[in-house]
Amino acid sequence: MSPTETKQEYQVIGKRPVRHDGVDKVTGRAVYGADVQLPGMLYGKVLRSPHAHARIKSIRTDKAMSLEGVKAVVTAADLPDPEGRTANLGELGDVPLRNLTRNVLASGKVLYQGHAIAAVAATNPHLAEEALDLIEVEYEVLPPVMDVLEAMKKDAPLLHEDLCTMELGKKSDHHSNIASHQTFRRGDVKAGFASADHILEHEYRSATVHQGYIEPHAATAVWSADGQVTLWCTTQGAFSMRAMVHQILGIPVSKLKVIPTEIGGGFGGKIPSYGEPVAALLARKSRRPVKVVMDRTEVFMGTGPTSASYVKLKMGVTRDGRIVAAEAMLAFEGGAYPGAIVGAGGLCLLAPYNIENLVIDMYDVVVNKPKTAAYRAPGAPNAEHATEALIDEFCELLKMDPLEFRLKNASKEGDVQANDVRFPRIGCIETIEAARASDHYRSKLNGPNRGRGVAAGYWMNAGLTSSVMARLNADGTVTLNEGSTDIGGSRTSIAMQLAESFGIRAEDVSPSVVDTDSVGYTEVTGGSRVTFATGYAAYEAGQALRRQVVEQAAKLWKVEPERVLFEGGVLRDLDDAAKKIGLPELAETLAHRGVDIGARITVTPQKVGGVFGVHIADVEVDPGTGKVTILRYTVVQDVGKAIHPSYVEGQMQGGAVQGIGWALNEEYVYNQEGKMLNASFLDYRMPTSLDLPMIETIIVEVPNPGHPYGVRGVGEVPIVPPLATVANAIAHAVSVRLYEVPMSPPRVVKAMLAKK
Amino acid sequence: MPDKARVRATINGEPADFLCEPRQSLLEVLREELKLTGTKEGCNNGNCGACNVLLNGLLVNSCLVLAVEADGAKVETIEGVMGPQGLHPLQTAFLENAALQCGICTPGFIVAAKALLERKPKATEAEIRHWCAGNLCRCTGYDKIVRAVLDAETRMGEGQ
Ligand code: FES
Ligand code: FES
Repeated sequence: MSPTETKQEYQVIGKRPVRHDGVDKVTGRAVYGADVQLPGMLYGKVLRSPHAHARIKSIRTDKAMSLEGVKAVVTAADLPDPEGRTANLGELGDVPLRNLTRNVLASGKVLYQGHAIAAVAATNPHLAEEALDLIEVEYEVLPPVMDVLEAMKKDAPLLHEDLCTMELGKKSDHHSNIASHQTFRRGDVKAGFASADHILEHEYRSATVHQGYIEPHAATAVWSADGQVTLWCTTQGAFSMRAMVHQILGIPVSKLKVIPTEIGGGFGGKIPSYGEPVAALLARKSRRPVKVVMDRTEVFMGTGPTSASYVKLKMGVTRDGRIVAAEAMLAFEGGAYPGAIVGAGGLCLLAPYNIENLVIDMYDVVVNKPKTAAYRAPGAPNAEHATEALIDEFCELLKMDPLEFRLKNASKEGDVQANDVRFPRIGCIETIEAARASDHYRSKLNGPNRGRGVAAGYWMNAGLTSSVMARLNADGTVTLNEGSTDIGGSRTSIAMQLAESFGIRAEDVSPSVVDTDSVGYTEVTGGSRVTFATGYAAYEAGQALRRQVVEQAAKLWKVEPERVLFEGGVLRDLDDAAKKIGLPELAETLAHRGVDIGARITVTPQKVGGVFGVHIADVEVDPGTGKVTILRYTVVQDVGKAIHPSYVEGQMQGGAVQGIGWALNEEYVYNQEGKMLNASFLDYRMPTSLDLPMIETIIVEVPNPGHPYGVRGVGEVPIVPPLATVANAIAHAVSVRLYEVPMSPPRVVKAMLAKK
Repeated sequence: MPDKARVRATINGEPADFLCEPRQSLLEVLREELKLTGTKEGCNNGNCGACNVLLNGLLVNSCLVLAVEADGAKVETIEGVMGPQGLHPLQTAFLENAALQCGICTPGFIVAAKALLERKPKATEAEIRHWCAGNLCRCTGYDKIVRAVLDAETRMGEGQ
């Protein structure tokens, strides 16, 4: 099957079957992380640092250990010494193992409020909490560094005395909180600006925000006397979790089985390990199963939010609206350890536009906040916020329609990106055109304090390795084991691709997400890669099953396989109408003859299709309170090919709403000492159903030539445009520009008063 | 360890008789003692609705109710929503409208929506959004959840 740009007729793809795991999830039977129950199980709780930055002078655990019902206490002293070793995290690259280990249990220093220090296992969770109060830790409190620009200053207190900046790929001897500096450079920026008629420059800031998945992290471990470790956890990647725990605890991979439970949201935040190695250590010490579940405060303080950021952007534009030069500086907070995903931000920053001359400097900076983790299109929302908001100012200046301006500069196949890689077939232009043609964009918006904003966004997506195992059952149905944890219905879109490829109904495939012993290596559910890459593996499995049943029918009839056609659930001999057999019948015959029809597929597809989105928002600003109400919101997005359109729409809507939350309300609020003041869902204000209208979706399909059905990842890009979409809408509603998100009521009011 | 109290309640129509510590929430007892893990914990302080159950027909956050308060009460959890005829129309509507992604918020939403429809079988979109404002969903943006509740109203109307 070859991808084409003409509409293909599909039997399964593009339909909307009920998801296979749906009934369990609407009846409460699905087992999530904290739902695991084992005989004799203990409850683990973690002691966390009250300080943002301090040296640990001593830890005493004997009082805690002597409390009745306490079965084990662990600290960093129970972890193998990681000194000097490197942890290989597959697609996440190589990192010093020490950074992983010390984030699991602190040693020497605590680097953020909420940093785990010790853990207790007891017969009930309340006892475990009581025991935490009995652990005595002596600290020497140090001044915290809470802001990326402050942390970059020469005289800033250092988080890691031995951290030296990686300067353009080379290790410098410069001790600093700046972990790395990278650059993208193309063309002649000076000449570019010289040819511009208008130049604008602004600084954009974004606060620390959390993924906000509703299910807290949970891990349950059994460590049997023979050293076999079994770990149930809610993770985006069973295999990467196995790799991390293997390296942190120094146990062989063969001794470690990770069983992924259902996962109650992740958005990038459930890739790292937190309580998993701790649960295992507690299980080893207590010789009992141990479950460690975080509470919401721990999730906010002890797990990775995404980077707060500073972006300075300057662009030069000709009077007819061509962008001729851009210069940017991105500084992203990595949190307590290096690893801000600033490179992706830099690559996406200008991607929707073809700009000849550009320079982008990117800095990864450590601060006394939790180690950041990925959050849906990590780096891109912070970065593209600047581009899309600045473009809006140019459009105002030039009195140009914002979508016209974007079309004029839009990237297309063959254009060169900031990293010098040429774009393959992309749907940037088609997406902008679809937005321009939308009912929303063509409608009138009237009324005081109301405004409309638009913005575009790009995310590159990931490919990486995925595996499936498919087996034909004796009744002609298929059992499908897959390695990608399913956060949003991907099991079904993977099963649909197998069904389409093999030639059966989606309902006749039974997909399961299985443990690390039961399927081939599969990288994390991230990078919007699952429906693309694991779906690719399922396509291959379908083709393999198809080949095998055709061969077996040919064998049965003693004819050449070329004569056998499998269609509509029936195999027939093209040359002899008398010879035909239904798939169930054939499957049964083969089962009893000891013929196994199955496929074990591992793929690493290279031709990942990046995606573009354009969002349109109508807002109303309350001039008294600064509250911004979203009146209407539309998400336009290239998806390549929508396998299950309902779940594609769901990603577009959910991503947009997370972006709206980021734009309007969400932020970590810290005091002077670096302590978070709003670590609850009451005070960290995520959007509720009452805050929103329906989210309209327009699916654009520009097939990805790198996938048999044209799939592009859809999950992440929808969080990219909302920051600028909403900022631009506010600007048009009340004629003030805000350069900092969230644009919370106090900030909006302040900006409006300042203008008066 | 504090003394345990004896609690007799009716849970999903069945008599339930259990011991619990006075400090244990109804949520904790449902999940950890009675193994009814369909009711979820998202925040444990009343801000997310994942733990919604009906207590004597009233919608409550079970993380904010002490288990001892359930003595003599009727408790309905997500496990009790499906009747002998099979899925409740709300459950069918959630499935058919793809109103769940990760599904962790789903039990809470279904229990909450059931309480709403028992009071207002023809609730409007605005009323649904208002009623469900105590339930957080981070995946869906609420669009398909609201549509599913509206669809369930139609299904239940037709069922009469
Ligand atoms: S767990 Fe009860 S409201 Fe969140
Ligand atoms: S479906 Fe994931 S929180 Fe609602």
